[in-house]
Amino acid sequence: MTPFPLPLGELLGHWPSYIVYLVIGFAFGYVLEISGFGKSTKLAAQFYFKELTVLKVMFTAIVVGMLGVFLSTALGVLDYNLVWVNPTYLWPGIVGGLIMGVGFIVGGFCPGTSLVSAATGKLDGIFFVLGVFFGIFLFGETVGLFEDFWNSSFMGRFTLMELFNTSTGVIVIGVTIMALAAFFFAEQAEKFIGGMNLAQFGRWRYGAAVALVLVAAVVLTIGQPTNADKWEAIAATQQPRIDTRAIYASPGEILDLMEDPRLIVELIDVRSETDFNLFHIQDATHLPLADVLDYASELQARPANMLIVVLSNDEAAATEAWRILVAESVPNVYVLEGGVNQWLDTFSDETFRTAHKLAAREPDQLGYRFEAALGARYPAADPNPDVFELEYTSVVELQIKRGPSSGGCG
Amino acid sequence: MATQNPSFSVAASAEPTTESSAKPFVNPYVGGILLGLVLFLSFLITGNGLGASGGLNRLLVVVEDAFWPGHVDNVRYLIDMAGGDRNPLDSWVVFVTLGTIAGGFFAGWRNGRLKVETIKGPQISRETRWLMAFIGGTAMGFGARLARGCTSGQALSGGAVLSVGSWAFMLAVFAGAYALAYFVRRLWL
Repeated sequence: MTPFPLPLGELLGHWPSYIVYLVIGFAFGYVLEISGFGKSTKLAAQFYFKELTVLKVMFTAIVVGMLGVFLSTALGVLDYNLVWVNPTYLWPGIVGGLIMGVGFIVGGFCPGTSLVSAATGKLDGIFFVLGVFFGIFLFGETVGLFEDFWNSSFMGRFTLMELFNTSTGVIVIGVTIMALAAFFFAEQAEKFIGGMNLAQFGRWRYGAAVALVLVAAVVLTIGQPTNADKWEAIAATQQPRIDTRAIYASPGEILDLMEDPRLIVELIDVRSETDFNLFHIQDATHLPLADVLDYASELQARPANMLIVVLSNDEAAATEAWRILVAESVPNVYVLEGGVNQWLDTFSDETFRTAHKLAAREPDQLGYRFEAALGARYPAADPNPDVFELEYTSVVELQIKRGPSSGGCG
Repeated sequence: MATQNPSFSVAASAEPTTESSAKPFVNPYVGGILLGLVLFLSFLITGNGLGASGGLNRLLVVVEDAFWPGHVDNVRYLIDMAGGDRNPLDSWVVFVTLGTIAGGFFAGWRNGRLKVETIKGPQISRETRWLMAFIGGTAMGFGARLARGCTSGQALSGGAVLSVGSWAFMLAVFAGAYALAYFVRRLWL
């Protein structure tokens, strides 16, 4: 597994891990203050093209942060799957953004900068913070009236790479160059509208600009790790789990876990559509092996008490799916031991077995004969756990989720 | 330190400062690089970006929960944070917010910028500035919850990790502010 992000909760404990956030917040507040973001007139000057400090600080920060993140993921140090990417709710975001733009020019701050302003004794900052509290209060009380809109145009974890259907490196270099172009025009505005002397920003900034483009070019050249690369990186620790069969949970254990009210068990059936239609376990999701990788990011966003069980006719295809998901850092994935065939051996009755079981079959093929595609309408698709008292060695161990379960001002 | 190397500081002459003892602010590009490093380290270590409005939200809910616990348990938006025995302070963003206040205070103190004052445009009274700050803050608070994040949590953090929604949001904030700027110029110019 990639070393970062750190499993803070595991390392430090739940409440002590918040000290890390306290330190990060401290550095954040410190930098905002020394950049002059506690001063409303400096922020507002942005919108009269007199002094574009807001744009410069913000976009420099975005570019530096972006290059750091994607260089780390390219080097396999950080797992992008475990980084919080704000889910896209397009229209609520745009309308909220417009309202905030109005608040910005009328009030002179955004919430983060107003905290710094208030902390340094600025009365306008304190009034702004009180206003923010009131605005949040109003939202909480009224959101019930427009909840449909608030939850509309949800696109999930949607990145610029997916929007433009191109590689991370291309987007990274594009954003970097766009930001540099924006700085150039910002400085022209400062010179001709604000009457500022540009020499005060220092010649080193040209060198820094070149350095940013070079780092972006390195990110583009290395490329982001593929699923196979990610598996390669974790194979030394994960392959033994396959070899010792630590990932194969018996049908009895799965059935018991499905009855556990504290857990959500998602069965992912990676067999062909034909096999799935002939017979599948109740509530299983059909997902061809080729689509497993695309589905990984969706599984990533599931709640922490989610157990994912992949299954095929025997174990080969399911084990392959397990590899793909584990390489993408999806937590708590297991394989159904013996697949659908063992499930049918265990939960169908004697008469069904003698009538339908095939004498011989290829590996990972369905070992039973079905006359009709009845899917889950067989008793064995939904066995009664009270009838089957099965002995098994438990293998499932739920892990605490690494990485954030909420972010973006959550 | 900053005065020895003029390239690393915005010259004080660029704008009149109200306090004479205060040190000048850092070069915006230096500020941006430092902010970017904080943002990157935050993502690297925790997987989370930065945030502010969410922390304020939860601090507000603490107060609401103390006075009207029944109300909190009946509003769906609030239940998620403080329903039943949930502790609204049990969230990373609360601690980022508290840290931001402390960091801002410390920086202001170290640089001689701690001063009770009102910063405003030359044409309006202090009281007008306070009222406008409150109204602007109200719009900000409301908008930030509607957009599920503020400038820090959406634009900065989501922008750096290339979320489509965050970029759309960022453009909307700038569009809204620029569209209205001309009409409220008396507040600032």
